[in-house]
Amino acid sequence: MLYREAGDFKTTYSLDQQTFPIRSERWLFWLFIAFAFLVVPFLINDYWNKAVLMPLLIYCMAALGLNILVGYCGQVSLGTGGFMAVGAFAAYKLMTSFPGMDMFSVTILSGVITAAVGVLFGLPSLRIKGFYLAVATLASQFFLVWMFNKFAWFYNYSASGQITAPERTIFGYAVTGPNTLPWATYLFSLTIVFVFAWVARNLTRGRLGRSWMAIRDMDIAAEIIGVSPLRAKLSAFAVSSFYIGMAGAMFFANYLGAAEVTEAFGIDKSFLVLFMVIIGGLGSILGSFLGAGFLVLLPVLLKNIMVNQLGWPTDLAAHIQIMLIGGLIVFFLIVEPHGLAQLWRITKEKLRLWPFPY
Amino acid sequence: MNVHLKPIHEIRMTRPDDGIAPGKPLLVVDNISLAFGGVKAITNISFDILKGEIRAIIGPNGAGKTSMLNVINGFYHPQEGTITFRGEKRSRMRPHVAAHQGIARTFQNIALFKGMSVLDNIMTGRITLQNRNLFWQALWRGPAEQEELEHREAVEHIIDFLEIEHIRKTPVGRLPYGLQKRVELGRALAAEPSLLLLDEPMAGMNLEEKEDMSRFILDVNQQFGTTIALIEHDMGVVMDLSDRVVVLDYGRKIGDGTPDEVRNNQDVIDAYLGVSHDE
Amino acid sequence: MSPALLNFIEIFMNGLMAGIMYSLVALGFVLIFKASGIFNFAQGVMALFAALTLVGLQTGQVPFSHLINAIFGTDIHNWGEGMNTVLAILLAMAIMVALAWAIERFVLKHLVNQEPIILFMATIGLAYFLEGLGDLMWGSDVKTLSVGLPSGGSFWWEDVTREWAAAGSEYFGMYIDLLDVSATVIAIILVTALTLFSQYTATGRALRAVADDHQAALSVGISLRTIWVIVWSIAGFVALVAGIMWGSKSGVQFSLSLIALKALPVLILGGFTSIPGAIVGGLIIGVGEKLAEAYVGPLVGGAIENWFAYVVALAFLLFRPQGLFGDKIIERI
Repeated sequence: MLYREAGDFKTTYSLDQQTFPIRSERWLFWLFIAFAFLVVPFLINDYWNKAVLMPLLIYCMAALGLNILVGYCGQVSLGTGGFMAVGAFAAYKLMTSFPGMDMFSVTILSGVITAAVGVLFGLPSLRIKGFYLAVATLASQFFLVWMFNKFAWFYNYSASGQITAPERTIFGYAVTGPNTLPWATYLFSLTIVFVFAWVARNLTRGRLGRSWMAIRDMDIAAEIIGVSPLRAKLSAFAVSSFYIGMAGAMFFANYLGAAEVTEAFGIDKSFLVLFMVIIGGLGSILGSFLGAGFLVLLPVLLKNIMVNQLGWPTDLAAHIQIMLIGGLIVFFLIVEPHGLAQLWRITKEKLRLWPFPY
Repeated sequence: MNVHLKPIHEIRMTRPDDGIAPGKPLLVVDNISLAFGGVKAITNISFDILKGEIRAIIGPNGAGKTSMLNVINGFYHPQEGTITFRGEKRSRMRPHVAAHQGIARTFQNIALFKGMSVLDNIMTGRITLQNRNLFWQALWRGPAEQEELEHREAVEHIIDFLEIEHIRKTPVGRLPYGLQKRVELGRALAAEPSLLLLDEPMAGMNLEEKEDMSRFILDVNQQFGTTIALIEHDMGVVMDLSDRVVVLDYGRKIGDGTPDEVRNNQDVIDAYLGVSHDE
Repeated sequence: MSPALLNFIEIFMNGLMAGIMYSLVALGFVLIFKASGIFNFAQGVMALFAALTLVGLQTGQVPFSHLINAIFGTDIHNWGEGMNTVLAILLAMAIMVALAWAIERFVLKHLVNQEPIILFMATIGLAYFLEGLGDLMWGSDVKTLSVGLPSGGSFWWEDVTREWAAAGSEYFGMYIDLLDVSATVIAIILVTALTLFSQYTATGRALRAVADDHQAALSVGISLRTIWVIVWSIAGFVALVAGIMWGSKSGVQFSLSLIALKALPVLILGGFTSIPGAIVGGLIIGVGEKLAEAYVGPLVGGAIENWFAYVVALAFLLFRPQGLFGDKIIERI
């Protein structure tokens, strides 16, 4: 009786539409959230925070954003790194220009600014599709990185070209700058990710989400039944960039503390996040989390095994890691194009029917 | 035996009435010509569709029937001629604007959203009737959820009407052809259109499925008062269902009238029997 | 002629020759896209991989030596003095064919009938895999590649062009890299050979048949899988040539695969299915980029070469979504 429903007894449509239809699953979810919010902050140390938890949360955010664009709306983008950079630099400029602004506002506003930039670079999607669009988004990637490199105003004319996050506190606890405590940055990022994951779920289950999916599945038919491609595509670019911008802001302010644009937000970031979305599952909120988790944890694990246990040189481990990730992408596309989320769904189905599969 | 009769009354009319009295022209096509590059798809075609009628468009393959529907819902833009819908002459418009004005459509080659469930497909049909903004949608609880539930209820009536309750959560890609056609009709109905365009709704169906589909079409027309334009190859169906028929051949109109008139029209007979034109 | 004009000509010519290098990479993309509808993102990495393999063979490196050393605690690096360049090129080519076979066998075969975008993403995965594999086999240090092509500036050309300048003006002649000249010659030979191959051989005809219509080609008894292996082998060959040229020019290193990204705007200009398009597109991008860097770059802080090509391609797409040589797209429903 662990994972069961006794029959289809839903009496209202709102019950039929809930996120976790099975009670034990709902419990599991809230238990997990409670653990993340109430227990983890007491266990956390600096290594876990820096090596696992913060990258995990930040990439979850970025993957959520990209999944909205690629997975839900079907517009392939290779500009994620560039948009993360916009978020990071927006956060930096906001923090240095308005020292009194609290970090929640800074992060969300950075997202809003990135959303505006995203809409601008999303305009070509109205004319071009598929691979052509993917190439066009490369333009935004390279252009944005170049721009943040070339115009000193963006990094406040610092000699190194780096941006460094000043200290900002929330309820008296530092979440940026050199004096942060692991649990404070963790809780701050967790809150943002939790809230906006919930928002993403809401957006994707309603009218807007359906208009995105309609464009993804068959754009011409979508337009004929009344979806405005302009609004659907640009809103997807806006919402997606909003998330990616916030991820960039957190990546810079809460995680790195200091960043140099070519190094932190290069094209490899774009690919990494795209891989997370593919491995996790296109068009799935849960998939974004699974994909991010997989690609954040796998390298940590591999590094631990190969470098710490076997004593291999780091560069060798890095090569094997790249190879493995590439191989896994291909493997997933072959075995399950819908990613980890679909595997999870199938497992659940099996679990529901167990032990009588028919 | 008409168990499906009741639900259709319960589909609420969300869209305001189109203000055209029954029997008056809902859509007037005037002197439309359409060409791709040098190839003429449609030449000087005029006809009208009256409010409340079932209007069939027939003709041999390549006669320009689908192109005509594409012109009506704004997907193709004719080089010449005008279209008047609900008394308003319209200029170049995007298809989604036509949809908002109340023109819904099914497709010759099924154009469902393959990654979505039956329910979501039909819900998408109501996209023109939903209007909660981004903020409410992000919040969900409150107005957005309420709107969603109202529309869900209306969609459930359509699902009942089309007798597809058992597959509502199935991804449409997994459904057999006949059911997909039915879901597509459901998606078009969900928009509560004033004018419903059906492009070969019965192509590839067996007799029983055709009978079901014919019954749905007649019910929609009679109970709901929806005006229907229909492309169909099955002459039996066309003659039984439609009030008036337009016949196209090589992009020109060669006949227009009641099924009986058209049946006895010499040009039409020639076109169908393949007699070459003398001129 | 005035020095300004001569300068312009010099930039233009260098642009043309840089463009040829882009075309070489773009050519590989086009071949695969035509035959299988796959947008092969890994083409650039294939060039890198081919070049790495060639250098490794030439210098007699032991493949996977780092891995072997790490596992067995040995210290092996080379197995000898290396081999003759021609032999190394032939062997590298054989490895590229084996790679094509492996890609068909382990990847493409399992992805038949998937949507193009899935295949596209699979090739991104493939690109990562190959990059890791190349580094693992041959190490990731920057290597110099020399296959005996002439390189360096041409003094003859410098002298000739100095004569052109108006008497008394300060002009010291044009710089032209011999390596670029040989690249141009090789590219011309390559394109001619490919054209002849596809026009006059049975395999070539089969390739064109498949490019036209998969189903129809299958129905007349052409084996799609064999064709794919052949096409990927040819693309591997083109990658090897591109790898040799790029590698001789700027060293064999990871950034080679990034340079290959520049082939993407070339494809957008020329269209995904047109070989002449790939050539012309490459030339336009090459020239445009060099001119922009020289005349627009200084106004905005320089280094615009990084993104200029993409923006040109983007602007172009907005006005002509079907590319230079493509047919107008009529959408149907």
